[in-house]
Amino acid sequence: MLKFQSWKTSLVMAICAIGVILASFNLMSPKTLALMPSWVPTPRISLGLDLQGGSHLLLEIDMNSVIAERLNSVVEELRPQLIKNHIGYTELTVHGNQVVIALRNQAQSDAVSDLARKVDSSLQQGSDSSGAVTLQFTDQAMLARKRSAIEQSIEIIRRRIDETGTKEPTIESEGDDRILVQLPGIDNPEHVKALLGRTAKMTFRLVDMDVTPQDAQHGALPPGDELLPADDHVKREGQASLYVIKRHILVDGQNLTDAQASFDNNNEAVVSFKFDDIGARRFGDATTANVGKLFAIVLDNKVISAPVIREPILGGSGQISGNFTVQSAQDLALLLRAGALPAPLTIIEERTVGPDLGADSIRAGTTASFVAIGLVAAFMVLFYGLFGIYANIALFFNLCLLLAALSILGATLTLPGIAGIALTMGMAVDANVLVNERIREEVRNGRSVMSAIDNGFSRAYATIIDANVTHLIAGAFLFELGSGPVKGFAVTLCLGILTSLFTTTMVSRLLVVWWLRRTRPKTIPI
Amino acid sequence: MRPVIVFLREPPKFPFVRIHRLGFMLSLLLMVVSAGLLATRGLNFGIDFKGGIVMEVKTLSGNADLDQMRGKLNGLGLGEVALQSFGAPNDVLIRLPRQEGGDAAQNRAAERVHATLGNGYDYRRTEVVGPKVGGELIRAGTIATVLATLAIAGYVWFRFEWQFGIGAVFSLFHDVFTALGLFSALQLEFNLATLAAILTIAGYSINDKVVIFDRVRENLRKYKSLPLKDLLDLSLNETLSRTLMTSTVTALAVLALLIFGGAVIRGFSAAMLWGIVAGTYSSLFLAAPLLLYVKPRRSGEKAEAIKAK
Repeated sequence: MLKFQSWKTSLVMAICAIGVILASFNLMSPKTLALMPSWVPTPRISLGLDLQGGSHLLLEIDMNSVIAERLNSVVEELRPQLIKNHIGYTELTVHGNQVVIALRNQAQSDAVSDLARKVDSSLQQGSDSSGAVTLQFTDQAMLARKRSAIEQSIEIIRRRIDETGTKEPTIESEGDDRILVQLPGIDNPEHVKALLGRTAKMTFRLVDMDVTPQDAQHGALPPGDELLPADDHVKREGQASLYVIKRHILVDGQNLTDAQASFDNNNEAVVSFKFDDIGARRFGDATTANVGKLFAIVLDNKVISAPVIREPILGGSGQISGNFTVQSAQDLALLLRAGALPAPLTIIEERTVGPDLGADSIRAGTTASFVAIGLVAAFMVLFYGLFGIYANIALFFNLCLLLAALSILGATLTLPGIAGIALTMGMAVDANVLVNERIREEVRNGRSVMSAIDNGFSRAYATIIDANVTHLIAGAFLFELGSGPVKGFAVTLCLGILTSLFTTTMVSRLLVVWWLRRTRPKTIPI
Repeated sequence: MRPVIVFLREPPKFPFVRIHRLGFMLSLLLMVVSAGLLATRGLNFGIDFKGGIVMEVKTLSGNADLDQMRGKLNGLGLGEVALQSFGAPNDVLIRLPRQEGGDAAQNRAAERVHATLGNGYDYRRTEVVGPKVGGELIRAGTIATVLATLAIAGYVWFRFEWQFGIGAVFSLFHDVFTALGLFSALQLEFNLATLAAILTIAGYSINDKVVIFDRVRENLRKYKSLPLKDLLDLSLNETLSRTLMTSTVTALAVLALLIFGGAVIRGFSAAMLWGIVAGTYSSLFLAAPLLLYVKPRRSGEKAEAIKAK
């Protein structure tokens, strides 16, 4: 226990030195750090949103609507196929997570199955209690769809947030159907929330002029049509409040290449857009074939406007006019540029901390930590004298190594994390207390200086290990349980246990060994 | 340099075992009271678990007029709005209960509060938790606490013997349960940070017990014929100076957090402080005396065998 090979000594010293250097980077301003040669890595601890201020949003994707929407388009693709192949049906609808097709002639169910497979190969055929054919996605396909919905949503959210100029947002998936968005420095996230709350699915479709909305409301809705309300926010005076719109989509937002807010001839805010080649051709064909009819611009199942097609629109660009303000036109343009979300998002958790409170928390946490460390250090010197000073030196390196470890791991420091540091400092000296008390006991039992210290260290070690492992177990469960700030606490607690194990078993022992070699003491000052 | 104060230079001869029934009775009483409190008053769950809205606002000039704010907010029909001065006279904590109508309704309510109060305030903190997240957190928290307790007991069983594991689990349960009782009695807000504190208490408390068990095991091998109750007394007294030193040092650190750490982590620090006190007490008066009843094996053969593995 009292032998320290020179390589071990050098290793301990090197680790401590690196710890001090890495920890000190956190005290330097970014300007000073920039002066470092580029080969020196300068990791820093990042502050959690509760300390630097910012907004934490947990969003949930409506997965049912992802599946329902895909099934709806399966139905739309299947309908003409069934008619073409002379397969008669009495019902063709989406019911929950499956398509239900009631056939006139049961014998044709195999033919339906073939057609369905052509539309989407991941559909699985079954039948319900009434004998109707059902189509649903295999579990695997369902999972793949959910996963891709998450990935797509993250991409779209990133584009939308980037457009608002927010710096360094974190956007990541959490669980099966959630996305965590962290926006440092944003203390009023209302605008971002408004942007994320919209799916922004835009479609251009024809208005069915054969039925009036009133008739359709009373049950005369033709198959393949749907009844959609006008968007109240941009509704103009004299505009109808309900429309019968064909489900068939002429062009959708995916074919847009650009959208910008601008002003029309009457100096009203409008959104001008450009289609890509495919979009331009489809739009050109559709408007050529339907001159004189109304087409509707539908955003998130609400009709923004429904102008008359006066002449074929072949240029591939156009304007959306509505009762826009400059801000709402800009927002719509932004949403169209960023693209549509695959499904609506709901904000299920929001935690926003203003920069003032964050600064206050940093101040309070730092004060508390310094007071805690000061009290612990004073206590150790008071009760253990020289060995207490050694314990305090180890404590200093412990703090540095903990900060260094947090920097290297890119961990986030939260307010509970700071509390964890203060707490670790208190508990770190436990190992020193154990060793010192043991040495006292050995002295009391009449051992010589050397053997008392040797025994003190070696006997206390088994205890130290046992005590710390149980602590780590609790810490690991905390990490699993926690989100955000609590996770930050668990990280500092666990890292603190590990670094304190190192400093108390290595650093303070090394100091005692040096003292033994230097002074060859006859008694132990303890 | 010599220590200024030497605490318990000679191990004391405190009769822990003789008075252990007193300790059991006190613990039983504390636990019954805790159970009663939890059953009648329950815990004051924060929005982390219940769902709802908390906003901390600070007036930009002058002190906050709570009555006027209350009047404005009560008019919104968002349920019982609780206002509370928070730290400073111009700092107000606004709590709204969970809103009917699912996750999206919570957000709308927060927006309405924002709009009603207007621009005369600095919005220091806004927390909106939907009912779904709250329910999940309760489940995750309970599971984590139970699993952590079992894992710790498992480790103690593996390192020592099952008798020690029982003592550990029982006193751990005591510490956690009375901490919950304290939170119920004082109606302190129970949130995610409090739960973290409770789990930390579990870790801290077991740390204390392991040190004492370690000594008991060592003495079991050393003094093969000493009666168990004398052996327990001896072990507790030998480690008493360490137990009290470590507890005091850690309690000092937590006290600093409680006083200087700010209002945001006050509940967290309070739970931790209780955990240190209760954990130390239960190490001395519960965990070790419980060994009298489960009687660990004296030969030490099994322990040796494990060590040799």
